[in-house]
Amino acid sequence: MAQRLKEVDVVVIGVGMVGSILAKELAAAGYKVVGLERGTTRFTVPEFQSPGIHDELRFDVRKALMQDNTREPVTFRNHSSETGLPIRRWESFLPGTGLGGSMVHWNGQTFRFQANDFQLATRTRERYGKGFLDPDLTIQDWGVTYDELEPHYDRFEYLLGTSGKAGNLKGQIQPGGDPHESPRSRDYPTPPQKEHYSGALFRKAASSLGHHPFPQPSSNLSQPYTNPEGLKMNTCVFCGFCERYACEHYAKSTPQTFILPVLLANSNFELRTGCQVQRINLDSSKKRATGVTYIDNAGRELEQPASLVITCLFAINNIRMLLLSGIGKPYDPATGKGVVGRNYAYQTMSTVASFFDADVIINPFMASGASGTMINDFAGDNFDHSGLGFIGGAFIGAVNTNGRPIQYHPTPPGTPTWGKGWKDAVVKHYNHTVMFSLHGSSVSQKQNYADLDPTYKDAWGQPLLRITFDFPKNDLKMAEYVTARGVEIGKAMGAKQVAGSPRKGPYTTQQYQTTHNTGGTVMGNDPSTSVVNRYLQSWDVPNVFVIGASAYPQNASWNPTGTLGALTYWVADALKSKYLKNPGHLVSP
Amino acid sequence: MKLPTSPHVTRRSFVVSASVATVVPPTVALVAGSAGAAAAAAHHPARSSPPAQASAAAPVPPAPVSSAPERPVYLFFNVAEVQFIEAACERLIPADEAGAGALAAGVPNYLDKQLGGAWGAGERLYRSGPWIQGSPSQGYQLPFTPAELFRTALRAINSDLARQGPPFSELSAAAQDDYLKSLEKGSHDLDGVPAAVFFDMLLKMSIEGFFSDPVYGGNRDMVAWRMIGFPGAYADYYEAIDRHGVKFERAPMSLGEDGQGHVHVHPEIPASVG
Repeated sequence: MAQRLKEVDVVVIGVGMVGSILAKELAAAGYKVVGLERGTTRFTVPEFQSPGIHDELRFDVRKALMQDNTREPVTFRNHSSETGLPIRRWESFLPGTGLGGSMVHWNGQTFRFQANDFQLATRTRERYGKGFLDPDLTIQDWGVTYDELEPHYDRFEYLLGTSGKAGNLKGQIQPGGDPHESPRSRDYPTPPQKEHYSGALFRKAASSLGHHPFPQPSSNLSQPYTNPEGLKMNTCVFCGFCERYACEHYAKSTPQTFILPVLLANSNFELRTGCQVQRINLDSSKKRATGVTYIDNAGRELEQPASLVITCLFAINNIRMLLLSGIGKPYDPATGKGVVGRNYAYQTMSTVASFFDADVIINPFMASGASGTMINDFAGDNFDHSGLGFIGGAFIGAVNTNGRPIQYHPTPPGTPTWGKGWKDAVVKHYNHTVMFSLHGSSVSQKQNYADLDPTYKDAWGQPLLRITFDFPKNDLKMAEYVTARGVEIGKAMGAKQVAGSPRKGPYTTQQYQTTHNTGGTVMGNDPSTSVVNRYLQSWDVPNVFVIGASAYPQNASWNPTGTLGALTYWVADALKSKYLKNPGHLVSP
Repeated sequence: MKLPTSPHVTRRSFVVSASVATVVPPTVALVAGSAGAAAAAAHHPARSSPPAQASAAAPVPPAPVSSAPERPVYLFFNVAEVQFIEAACERLIPADEAGAGALAAGVPNYLDKQLGGAWGAGERLYRSGPWIQGSPSQGYQLPFTPAELFRTALRAINSDLARQGPPFSELSAAAQDDYLKSLEKGSHDLDGVPAAVFFDMLLKMSIEGFFSDPVYGGNRDMVAWRMIGFPGAYADYYEAIDRHGVKFERAPMSLGEDGQGHVHVHPEIPASVG
């Protein structure tokens, strides 16, 4: 029997980026907020310090900061005709755990999506006609527009101190920035990071081909910065240990640097770590949440009543929380009915490797996670797709994030995988190769979804989430097309050998691609095709909000974190100015 | 063109390197000295640091000359297993004119310590059934822990070879390569372990042992890092990153040499909260 605790105004499930920002906003507005985090408490000092932190084996290979997959993995299959099997070790994507969430181990690549992305279905139909799309695709509009989100993007970037160069200030194109970006109200809070040699080579070559290179927006800061919360951050020193690591320098923006000290100082907020939430509890009408039940790390079952429940988990865990709680109708791919788990999507990642002679010294280990130079000329709908047979695109960038050698030792195609031939090639190319990342969009289609696994259980005895996913044909065509453009840039750099690797199917869980899982609790204006409304409020249980990249109806050509930050502030505003004054449906279902 | 070692040395890093130098044998002190210089170069540019004497920024010493590698103390592998593992690892990453191979780098020692520890016991491996073999996209679906997998496969390999003639370690290099290729292609079933799965794990772990920090028992004297020019664990490239195309000359630094730690307490940022 669960011990029942004293009721609070708000329970936040997951104290990562979303949870800590929302909790801070609501606690500051006077509400009693409890944050439940399954992982541990951790801070820049002492947890993220050397000598332990720059350990490639522990953090990159063994994935020390990630969700404990021995207790809570997911199952996977490419197609619904197969049996879902557990991903027994993380590889393809890496959900984090612990205070600060996955953002502790991110790379800091901080993008906005474009206006087109939020109205993808409408604008694709308008530009290319009705029959252009593969009929299996289930892309849809978000129910919110770029113009509505712009002030929230701005607020999020200033919270983080993001380093970049505006390309479009209130409609005026700015030299040196991204001319394709949607208008922003002001420039980035800090100037771009220094450019590494890979970026400089890329810039020159891309310009020579008529493209528009610009510095990648980075939340590894170019200079000291004090954010609007009064918190100070440091200059990034390009140590080359960002993604999969925590930053010891206070230079990578994470909840530990940009919000937690303020949140934890507010007595309206209580943090509880080691709390595994089992479900959101509903009353007998199933239309109102009464709180949550969790098990603490001593194994005790506790019930935390609350007037408002906000689930702020990593995308796939948000889906599972709703399914375990019976909130929203599960998606059935056979009928196309139901919404929870529908429109699961990912990101379509390709690479181009450019191999130089020994006189071109790249020093790949001098890097931050986002100190790249890139173009958006082949991203989103920034180029004409007529006759191409696909929508979407990818940014192409010399996004050299590290030279950590267990995982980074590029060799040209045809190199043996071991023996003297392999060793020779590793020595020859390690310091003389430029890698491009081609960061591609991901459309949703009716065959790709998530549901509860019928067989495998977590350590608490609850069903695992099962993901059914393969790359849509649309995205494989896109990868082929954009990779060819990347190869052209590699050749224009004067590389001796250029190897393009467009993403191919089938999707595999066995190779790291990206941790940009999206969809499954998507937002929208139609309850028959969305789980939450435009304020990320459950259509079915209006005192539950579901915030994460799980809200994206499909994924765009950029990293999802910037957009998630904007959505978080968008929801915080709606909660404070509307919902909490008059709880109920913010949009009538 | 070479990038000089930064003359920017803090009092703290100098003291650290000096104190290390007093307690270690002379051959190691050379390395510790270079680590001190490395730590000096690695301090944060935003922090104000008093300049130290120029003499503290010693020129980069040559790579230390190692004496013959010590024989590792094997805790996991038995004698027959060691013979196979040592010979096989050296074929996967052979010594050549570019530098040490797996054996001199201590890769078998790394494998031994990993397999005898938490990783061998199934650390970070979801171990609940049912056990169903799926598609390649679904990855590893065997009930073996890494330790069980190695033990099972090595016993099968050694008895397979015993039927054919001399043990693996006594075969010619070409014959060893042929045998490893046959494992790689998966043509042997090793008492329930598909040969390709064993080979893949052996290769992956050998590369880990070669390139991981020496604290784990491989990459002895950071030979693999020196070979490719990776400066190691601790680094600050703020001044170097936009000096494009310039070779970064500095002896690498391991976690062990950074054992004193560098706690980055910003004067205006609370050290920790909560």
